[in-house]
Amino acid sequence: MSMSRREFLQVMAVATAGGMSLHSDIALAEKGAAKLYDLPKFGNVSLLHITDCHAQLLPIYFREPNVNLGFGDQFGKVPHLVGDNLLKHFGFKPNSIEAHAYTYLNFEKAAETYGKVGGFAHLATLVKRMKATRPGSLLLDGGDTWQGSGTALWSNAQDMVDACKALGVNVMTLHWESTYGEARVKEIEEKDFAGQIDIVAQNVKTADFGDAVFKPFVMKNMNGVQVAIIGQAFPYTPIANPRWQTPNWSFGIQEENMQKTVDEARAAGAKVVVVLSHNGMDVDLKMASRVKGIDAILGGHTHDGMPAPVVVKNAGGQTLVTNAGSNGKYLGVLDFDVKNGKIAGYRYKLLPVFANLLPADKDMQTLIDKARAPYLSKLNEKLAVTEGTLYRRGNFNGTFDQLILDSLMKVKDAEIAFSPGFRWGTSLLPGQPILMEHVLDQTAITYPWTTVTNMSGEMIKTVLEDVCDNLFNPDPYYQQGGDMVRVGGLQWTCDPTGKMGARIQNMMLKGKPIDPAKTYKVAGWAPVSEEAKNSGAPIWEVVAEYLRDIKTVKPISLNLPTLKGAANNPGMA
Amino acid sequence: MNNQRRNVLKTGSGAALLSVLASAGIIAPGMALAEWNKAAFDAKSMADTLKALGAGAPADSKDVQVTGPDIAENGAVVPVGVTSTLPNVTMVAILIEKNPSALAASFNLPAGTEANVQTRVKMGQTSNVYALVKSDGKFFMANKEIKVTLGGCGG
Repeated sequence: MSMSRREFLQVMAVATAGGMSLHSDIALAEKGAAKLYDLPKFGNVSLLHITDCHAQLLPIYFREPNVNLGFGDQFGKVPHLVGDNLLKHFGFKPNSIEAHAYTYLNFEKAAETYGKVGGFAHLATLVKRMKATRPGSLLLDGGDTWQGSGTALWSNAQDMVDACKALGVNVMTLHWESTYGEARVKEIEEKDFAGQIDIVAQNVKTADFGDAVFKPFVMKNMNGVQVAIIGQAFPYTPIANPRWQTPNWSFGIQEENMQKTVDEARAAGAKVVVVLSHNGMDVDLKMASRVKGIDAILGGHTHDGMPAPVVVKNAGGQTLVTNAGSNGKYLGVLDFDVKNGKIAGYRYKLLPVFANLLPADKDMQTLIDKARAPYLSKLNEKLAVTEGTLYRRGNFNGTFDQLILDSLMKVKDAEIAFSPGFRWGTSLLPGQPILMEHVLDQTAITYPWTTVTNMSGEMIKTVLEDVCDNLFNPDPYYQQGGDMVRVGGLQWTCDPTGKMGARIQNMMLKGKPIDPAKTYKVAGWAPVSEEAKNSGAPIWEVVAEYLRDIKTVKPISLNLPTLKGAANNPGMA
Repeated sequence: MNNQRRNVLKTGSGAALLSVLASAGIIAPGMALAEWNKAAFDAKSMADTLKALGAGAPADSKDVQVTGPDIAENGAVVPVGVTSTLPNVTMVAILIEKNPSALAASFNLPAGTEANVQTRVKMGQTSNVYALVKSDGKFFMANKEIKVTLGGCGG
């Protein structure tokens, strides 16, 4: 699928005829491409932000969601806008390159036209360009960097650690990083990162005495301005991921301690205070309304590629809240103009990383190729061909998840299957081969075991209600930032506006209502309890077995709940 | 990290530690067992517990704060605290509405003690956690919901 730069520009020129609004000749197309990244320097403090790349070192396809519902205070608000509603809100034209960068619209056609996104070698080129026009700027990494690929898992995160050092990351915070265990995280912090990358997290403390595990913040001098970067790790790491992987660390939102940390940073002379956050955007928006003195929260976790910041008013003034998407697709650039110790103005742009518009950085490409070399034969095993688009993102299900559910039910001979509502995982276009690497992109975690459980109907409802509350609790502080658990075999109705215990309705299996007292055979994966360690083969083996058997994946129809209360929601298309 | 404190406490475990703290005058002998209100700890519901404590129907107060996680990391040991700026606080209690017995802890504070307590409680399910404070002979309350979830399935 890779094209030369010239071929790509020719495609861009041809695309105009197909309704793509770019330019009608190559010269103009090239100029337009350059314009996308032509971001004039502004002010004297610049922060470059990546987040949630999920270990995607190479360019990939990534389909944005067409279901990202918000209710109550979040109804119709950023980030709960999809498709045309998102375009309208941010003022982008349909069929523009931005429409493809930020929405799922015309995904297959636009993906073929504009090509793959992300990739560390292409990102490195963009980072270098931004750093060249912005001397002294810092590169911040919001976490979920070390997990999400076969190579990251097999190298125990080493490929990503080396790539981030080469990319020039200065400060990072954590989420999935912690699933490599406390010892590995501390080893990387103390050895690999020493003197180069600071890990910051004001909300990670020892479980016994509440001592800080990482630096709460770092102070950097940028062109004579003191800038504090406060870390906020994912607050629900030991709940959403296995607690046995971080038994001595306690997390949480720690709002009071955040205020204390902001005040300390200000007292130490910070003129700009920025939080590098893995809260998720709804949690960041609430935190911004309650904590004073933060100039910007650079956020991640919920994978919302939001082109402009939300400006939140609070008792201390205002706080900008951004979210920089996922899978290496974007680079956020935040510029502040600081005059006489005060912020006089700002500019923000979320730059999409189009691999065809940014030549690969040679050094980074060499590093990536070297890191992948030992694993190539495993990664490149062709398991099947897909006839339809495979993707994951969306509140309730994605075609790749449906494929995982189908694999679980078939291989484990189960009547019902559950698959976690993760938001990472790349996309495949119709006609693409499904390689082992692609299956690992959806499944590579440190607790990949499959499970088969005899569950009562009552327990099934309890599980679904529990996860649904993590997604749709009206108070963002109780939301964990994933999507709904994917459900195979079972038909159900979901009322996200209901109270906990009343959202899951009409559960049916093969035309019969689920009996609370009856036992059902349920297959799943990614168990968080320590007892479930090594419970069954890793999920990628189960999916690979299924794919090798069927060879061709027909276009997939999703098992979706019947939704109540979601009509006319701008977060659904 | 305060490693010295950590090591001292690691070596001084269980009964030995208790006697060390007692001999250092931190815990007075018999203090933990004084004024045990059996009826209150045996009571099942919130209403019965309040009755057994002689609290009746306490007023909500903004000067009482319950601290704790929004979502518990481990339902078996949930860190919960109560602070209050009310004057002359003589008693602080922690009640967990959905626990089989609502009263989880009760602290009798000697005169002049700052109303600021911390403990760990066990919770089987999501529940409101109430702080009950006796100030100048009157009872006041505040509450916070702490969620206990099955876990998994995050981002």
